[in-house]
Amino acid sequence: MVGRPKEVGMTAREHILGDIRRALGRAAGQPPRMEAAPLSAPVMRIPRSDRNLYTDLFVQKLENLAGKGICVRDTAAVIPAITELLAQKHAVASNSPFLRKCGITGLAQVHTGFTDREQLKEACAAADVGITSVDYALAATGSFVMISSASEARLVSLLPPVHVAIFPRSRILANLDELLSILPRPADQTSSMVLITGPSRTADIEQILVRGVHGPGEVYAVIVDEE
Amino acid sequence: MNTPETEIQQAISDPRLQLAIYTATKRLIGHRAGVVNPDVLPHYQDLRNEANAIKKHTIENLDYYLEQLESNVIAHGGQVVFCRTGQEAADFVLGLAKQRGAHMLVKSKSMTSEEIHFNERLEAHQLEAVETDLGEYILQLAHQRPYHIVAPALHLTRYDVAEVFTRELGAENEVVIEKQTKFARGVLRQKFLQAEIGVSGANFLVADSGAIVVVENEGNARLSTSAPKIHVAIAGIEKLIPRAQDLAVFLNLLGRSATGQPLTSYTSFLSGPRRPGEIDGPDEFYLLLLDNGRTKLLRDPEKRQSLYCIRCGACLNHCPVYRKIGGHNYPWVYSGPIGAIITPQFHGVTEDTWLPFASSLCGACAEVCPVKIEIPKLLLKLREEVIEVQRRTDTSGFERLAFILFAWIATRPKLYLRLASLGSLFFPLVPRIGPLKKWASERTLPEPAHQSFHQWWAARKRSG
Repeated sequence: MVGRPKEVGMTAREHILGDIRRALGRAAGQPPRMEAAPLSAPVMRIPRSDRNLYTDLFVQKLENLAGKGICVRDTAAVIPAITELLAQKHAVASNSPFLRKCGITGLAQVHTGFTDREQLKEACAAADVGITSVDYALAATGSFVMISSASEARLVSLLPPVHVAIFPRSRILANLDELLSILPRPADQTSSMVLITGPSRTADIEQILVRGVHGPGEVYAVIVDEE
Repeated sequence: MNTPETEIQQAISDPRLQLAIYTATKRLIGHRAGVVNPDVLPHYQDLRNEANAIKKHTIENLDYYLEQLESNVIAHGGQVVFCRTGQEAADFVLGLAKQRGAHMLVKSKSMTSEEIHFNERLEAHQLEAVETDLGEYILQLAHQRPYHIVAPALHLTRYDVAEVFTRELGAENEVVIEKQTKFARGVLRQKFLQAEIGVSGANFLVADSGAIVVVENEGNARLSTSAPKIHVAIAGIEKLIPRAQDLAVFLNLLGRSATGQPLTSYTSFLSGPRRPGEIDGPDEFYLLLLDNGRTKLLRDPEKRQSLYCIRCGACLNHCPVYRKIGGHNYPWVYSGPIGAIITPQFHGVTEDTWLPFASSLCGACAEVCPVKIEIPKLLLKLREEVIEVQRRTDTSGFERLAFILFAWIATRPKLYLRLASLGSLFFPLVPRIGPLKKWASERTLPEPAHQSFHQWWAARKRSG
């Protein structure tokens, strides 16, 4: 415990829990009461559609949000597909093995392999483009699911003004419910799971939509057909 | 009743403000309607019922889930600090900043921190707290409080923003919204990279994961929680949900109800500091669990549903009262129908006694509430409480006397009839004289009938 003597903190804790228990008529350590307000098993609503349709749906949803979806046949086709995007640009790439497989880490203008937080932060703040893979993607909403790990840092998809996510088609799930069925407790494996749904945006001034406030204003998905 | 009448009159008679509120709320109403209709979301009503049931269960077993949350946060290397008041929360952060030698912290949008005047408390001790949500940043520079739970700067125009940026930051006079946004991005980017501490709120606290969930569109919450070395999250104790899987219900409702987005741009699910092997993220994580009066709301089995609120703002957008008087005429940071039911419960019904009455009880709020809080019912209940307190404290006894007199007259038919016919003669004068003049000035009163029912009945009998 920092900043405050432990005893004072404990007191506030005991006060609050005590007040709650008195108000609810509960005893310390008592398990949840189910009679009046039962807790049902979570309902996961996963549409049973053809997985082959997920790519099209994903791209459609992402492009509705002003993102861009690029579909390529195999990993060899990735670099040609993004050459124009990276022309004259400095990019930072995550440590994802899939990016290595696509040859991204070999490009001259791409900085990668960061393991130190401060160096990564500095590089991302200066980069024009951040390149990552994704752990999953959600077709229903056009979302990327990014799980923080040694392969994927948090800031690569956040600090540069352009985010390019490259991933195999097989990572596309139906929706959020399917994600939470596969990962019922994301905190077991990471400190941070982020769903990214389109570019950073605001409508705080006169309700006018502006993209690229603090995060990337441009978002690209490069979806690889065969791994 | 101490209604802020002058201020309300000002808001109502300001055409620019009225247009701003009307357009913004209308747009939000439209956005929501587009994504909750049965074609797009066939399970919408089921989701509302599930959300209500989950919240009811959690609130009624709050101590259990708080302890579960606490042990899971600790298991993931974070710390939990229970705070009874805003002062305790601020003191903790001040102590932490002092110990770590921090001079500045970046903050993402949090109504809970607004509620406890967090920034002011820190700044009184020379600790700079920078709001990083664009709307909140503008308001911080303009020294104003949020006008709306979700769209805090709804009442300001691009010209107001230009003036604030020029006056407070010495910026060039710029009225193009894209350029204003870009300017703010540049200023705030430096703050993100320099700040030692990042402070966020939490939309949900997930008990089985020891996690917080933060929902946003700009990316400032992601930056606040990922760039600095220390992350402090402040949340009310009522923000709990039992399981990560419950997010399938709540995330499907929150964005849709708030801004009409099936999912907002960013949804962060965060638990503790970075883990071994993770490249970035904070080294320290503190979760401040705030009471600040919430436990008072638990006592009444009916009114405790006020704590189900997930702060989507839909009830504000759909409220005919909010849409006329605007956000700043509510006495507390929480405005609109939800503000009208929680403010009296936090502050006591003897404060701002007009608030539960400032509603036509049209029920629009309850209809759009994603967690099905029975707002009109609670308003009525609070009205009863206000009247009860006033009756008990009415030392003049005038009202009691008036009712005794009325009962005495009403139980004497002859006297009653005579006085009633006399009354109908004087009735047209009511709007012009006496204590009812003001009440009647904005109402059209019915014409009194030419004869009373008794007279009509007698005449009918006579004519046979």
